[in-house]
Amino acid sequence: MSRFLLGRLIQSAILLVVVSVIGYVILGLIPGGPLSQFGLDPGLTAADIERLKEQMGLNQPLWMRYLDWAWKLLHGDWGVSLRDGTPVLTVIARHLVATLLLMGSSTVIAVAAGTWIGIRSATRRYSAFDYAATVGAMVALSIPTFWFGLVGIYVFSLKLGWLPAGNMYTIGDASVLDYLHHLILPSLVLSLVHIAVWSRYMRTAMLDAINQDFVKTARAKGVAERRILMKHVVGNALLPMITLAGVQLPSILTGALVTETVFTWPGMGRLFYDSLGYSDYPVVMGILMFSAIVVILGNLIADVVVALVDPRIRLA
Amino acid sequence: MPRSVRSSDSTSVGTDGQAALSVRGLEIGLPAGMERANAVTGISFDLLKGKILCIIGESGSGKSVTANAIMGLLPKAISVRAGEIRLGDAEIVGMPDEALRSLRGRAVSMIFQDPLSALNPLMTVGAQVDEVMAAHDVGTRATRRSRSLELLTEVGLPEPAQMLHRYPFQLSGGQRQRVMIAMALALEPTVLLADEPTTALDVTTQAQILKLIREIQRRKGMSIVFVTHDFGVVAEIADHVVVMEKGHIVEQGTAEQVLKSPQAPYTRRLIAAVPHLTATDRVPIEVARREPVLVCEGLMKTYGGGRSLLDKVLPGKVLPGMFLGQKKSVRAVDDVSFSLGAGRTLGIVGESGSGKSTVGRLLTRLLDSDGGRILFEGRDVATLSEAEFRPLRPKIQMIFQDPFASLNPRSTIGTSLTVGPVAHGTPYAKAAEEARALLAHVGLDAGAFDRYPHEFSGGQRQRIGIARALMFKPKVLVADEAVSALDVSIQAQILALLDRIQRETGVSMIFITHDLRVASQICDEIAVMQKGRIVELGPPSQIFLDPQSAYTRELVAAIPGE
Repeated sequence: MSRFLLGRLIQSAILLVVVSVIGYVILGLIPGGPLSQFGLDPGLTAADIERLKEQMGLNQPLWMRYLDWAWKLLHGDWGVSLRDGTPVLTVIARHLVATLLLMGSSTVIAVAAGTWIGIRSATRRYSAFDYAATVGAMVALSIPTFWFGLVGIYVFSLKLGWLPAGNMYTIGDASVLDYLHHLILPSLVLSLVHIAVWSRYMRTAMLDAINQDFVKTARAKGVAERRILMKHVVGNALLPMITLAGVQLPSILTGALVTETVFTWPGMGRLFYDSLGYSDYPVVMGILMFSAIVVILGNLIADVVVALVDPRIRLA
Repeated sequence: MPRSVRSSDSTSVGTDGQAALSVRGLEIGLPAGMERANAVTGISFDLLKGKILCIIGESGSGKSVTANAIMGLLPKAISVRAGEIRLGDAEIVGMPDEALRSLRGRAVSMIFQDPLSALNPLMTVGAQVDEVMAAHDVGTRATRRSRSLELLTEVGLPEPAQMLHRYPFQLSGGQRQRVMIAMALALEPTVLLADEPTTALDVTTQAQILKLIREIQRRKGMSIVFVTHDFGVVAEIADHVVVMEKGHIVEQGTAEQVLKSPQAPYTRRLIAAVPHLTATDRVPIEVARREPVLVCEGLMKTYGGGRSLLDKVLPGKVLPGMFLGQKKSVRAVDDVSFSLGAGRTLGIVGESGSGKSTVGRLLTRLLDSDGGRILFEGRDVATLSEAEFRPLRPKIQMIFQDPFASLNPRSTIGTSLTVGPVAHGTPYAKAAEEARALLAHVGLDAGAFDRYPHEFSGGQRQRIGIARALMFKPKVLVADEAVSALDVSIQAQILALLDRIQRETGVSMIFITHDLRVASQICDEIAVMQKGRIVELGPPSQIFLDPQSAYTRELVAAIPGE
């Protein structure tokens, strides 16, 4: 196990280097750059801009800037935001809480609902419920998230007035209940796509497991149907889902970008979008590296969990 | 429930109180659109107390469906249309689900063909044995545990206390089947159903499991329905035999009667088709060429054990203890040497893991060898690059085991046959013409050219596989378990076809099989492999009459029904 972990960690380190190079080079290739916004500013002369460039190290070749950035990053210095000079890590930490709240709740909803729908669809294959779940999943997958967001706001905020249309809390309130109230709509919208994906995979995994020989063995042993379902079928069907959960982490991050924008949720997705707009490269690179780490960690955790749960890997 | 008891057959209808299980006029329907309306029609038989009843038949005969019906385990689409299945005083047909569940595992239990897939990979052996008893509310956790230990000991598993905590993947095939048997015995059922329980096992393991089943049956006076396709197994174990063909019982009686003086023409054909050990050597085929076509010298192949990326980055010494878990390396092929003459057949026989298939893959360069030479017509092909070997590929062709998986389901037979020669430069029209001729030659009609694999039976597909290999006019055919997936009657036909082709074309053949009986039918020489090495090499007469190695003797002795 430790051998496996060490191997994966080395792989992950290599992967992170590759991601950082690609990200840095792409940002470097974008025309304009952080100072282009000042190009038309009458208050700044060309010499001023040149001086700023020098200060920010932007006049150096791309590879030198990359090495400089990477060297500092290795030493824990993620740089400062070009917008207001706040350290990148502080900026990320400030927005991370909001995203985690949204991501966490929507993931819980997606996994719980998706698993339940998947199990029910598989055990009642070709029933009305199964067809409804299939059609529902197709609808959820084909319509973009922002549309659901807008419809949700229109129905529940504008027409019914039950839920707030955006933001994470009401200024001046900020109680737990208030946070929850604000969380309902965005987390439901964000979870929709994932419920759809998760339930489809769960259904397939269940059908695979139901047709396994050991299920027939359990029946031949006189085990009750309910226990066969929960112990033998669901137990084996959940294995591939753990890996899927690891793989789905990044898509939850990107899903959050759109949802956060629609619901003016002050999370990482919004931060990334805004930072790109301002060409705030240190923050963009910071978020990029942070997401890469999250994705790699997610996969690693999924693999470790699978290895712990599956005796064939744990004891092999 | 309509009843249609037929009294025309059966030895003991209704009168004999000794039946542990009686089936009367059983009719099991298939969904519309299947090849026949009923899986089984009007079958009646009795399983006498303390006896073993073998149901034998080829694939599609309805033997497994019958066993599943007795367990009440038929898939939803298949249902009992008429007849009765009496287990003691209970009627299985039409019994409510909950009552059936209470019988299963307690009054009647079942073991299956593939003991790996039949065990839950995520549960320990102990938990799975315990589950049978727990499902029927028998005993407490502690008493069930001691009973599990007792059962594992009874079926001859080593270190039963540790075995309780093992997972199925940690056990050998034979051990897994012993676990299945232990589970089936847990509640001392009156009837045990065994559905091809030794088919997936090696011949020596099969012999052990058959012996175990026989012993336990005698000790406990159990009644067993044993479903099989193998007359050898029937001869080993059966008291009574039911022969099934296409859903009907064509003959039943004592093992003695059915094996020694079969009445039904189908039984006679089936028994005649069973391959037997032939200790007489084959008459060699006349060929012009005297020097061998293929010579192997000290062939080696090791799997695994290679240094991983991690070892290369960080040499082993740096990392203490736990990190060092060296990958296990397996010598799959260890110093294998033989020579194959023109028009001759060399059998490579061994159990699973003996390395016999690896030899086949090395010869066809589907795998690269680690050492040794492969001389094809005097030229060492083992070290040739892929590009250099490519022109020689047509000369060494392979016939695969699974006639279902080895043909592309989306290509017509014509496409599958011509794509190779066309890739090697034959004009399509010429290749197509040859393909049609070959299809006729292997016993298929010319229309086969435009049809798809699913339209053919297993035997027909294997004929197609042979035709495909012959398209290249090869010098050597490597047949890897080419008849193992086929019913015996089909097996006999394919063996005859291979023999005919060899006599007509003078092609040499490497015939890889786990079945000594089959090998003895078609091989001039047989190499017996064990753990990567050839332990004995000689003509069938030597292998079977005067085996030199202990392992060969063991293999020959384990052959069922000889």
